[in-house]
Amino acid sequence: MKIKSLVISAATVALASTAYIGLSVAFDDDSHDWGDYQVEDRRSGYTYRSAETRALQDDEFENPGMVGVDHGAELWNIAEGSEGKACADCHGDASESMAKVGATYPKFNAASSKPINVEQRINLCRVENMGAEPFKYESGEMLNMTAFVKNQSLGEPVNVVIDGEMAPFFEKGKEFYYERRGQLDMACSHCHEDNEGNMIRADHLSQGQINGFPTYRFKWQKLGSVHRRFRGCNKNIRATPYKYGSDEYVNLELYLTWRGRGLPIETPAVRN
Amino acid sequence: MAKVKPRVKVPKKASVGDVVTIKTLISHKMETGLRKDKETGELIPRDIISAFEAKFNGATVFSMNLHAGISANPFVSFPMKVTEAGEFEFIWNADGEKTYSKKAKLKVA
Repeated sequence: MKIKSLVISAATVALASTAYIGLSVAFDDDSHDWGDYQVEDRRSGYTYRSAETRALQDDEFENPGMVGVDHGAELWNIAEGSEGKACADCHGDASESMAKVGATYPKFNAASSKPINVEQRINLCRVENMGAEPFKYESGEMLNMTAFVKNQSLGEPVNVVIDGEMAPFFEKGKEFYYERRGQLDMACSHCHEDNEGNMIRADHLSQGQINGFPTYRFKWQKLGSVHRRFRGCNKNIRATPYKYGSDEYVNLELYLTWRGRGLPIETPAVRN
Repeated sequence: MAKVKPRVKVPKKASVGDVVTIKTLISHKMETGLRKDKETGELIPRDIISAFEAKFNGATVFSMNLHAGISANPFVSFPMKVTEAGEFEFIWNADGEKTYSKKAKLKVA
């Protein structure tokens, strides 16, 4: 295109530059109607990705995360542990029993007096009700089962409880979000609030909404949990990441889920 | 994800002369044979889908060879012009003489 416009005329140069502006509309134009993917000023990470990536997520067959969801569906029916029970023995048909469930986590757990996320809920069930070994946090089984459970709430608006018993944990998560950390001395908000929509090297910074997790990232070539994403972010700013399933990350997950209230569950979302 | 599961998506109905898109995906780890076991340091033997073939009413309509550079869970899609109703057979050949297959019917309206 460049060579052509140089040779032919300045008019082609003008045309070429309009084409580039046209390309960027998908990301930057506030007036674009994103439908369910935008609630007030909250925009899903979906709206920052290219049309090809979005198409891949939208097609149930082509979405690479669905392989994991299918595997989760198989695990749902497999009996394990000393009780000889499968998820399905208590919860029956996941499309009924797990509908809307994924949109309401993290939830308060009375036994441990703190909020737990879907991963931890699954492991609690495995240990207490099935008498089985808990899944390792970032293992294939755990990711696929979580993706399967959350996929039952596909399109359901995120709606998490933050008052009452949850309030102190919500405040801790919020504090974490605005707290500077690492050698780069940056807080989550510096990228995802102050610079949302701007470029970070070759990529667009999103608002850091977590409604699509576990997400299939091209970079990972598999599903990954939101805590893996947190760890990646923390490493990027040269901070020591917390452990998978740590209280710090669950509180942050709670706060971020609230930041994305009303956005639809997209699990398994496709991102780059 | 140890289990290999082939899946295909074929339109249920089409008209003669239509060009339809056939989509296939097989969950497979596509082990390249170049990676080493983290603990023992030994090479993990190659285990990939090495060939894919789609037959329609017994005749090959699409085939390809796959190599170690192709990522896990290979997705293959191809267009086909519909001439008659019939049955697809999709065959994936993997290392170690393993074969996976799946059938799908196509109706002509």
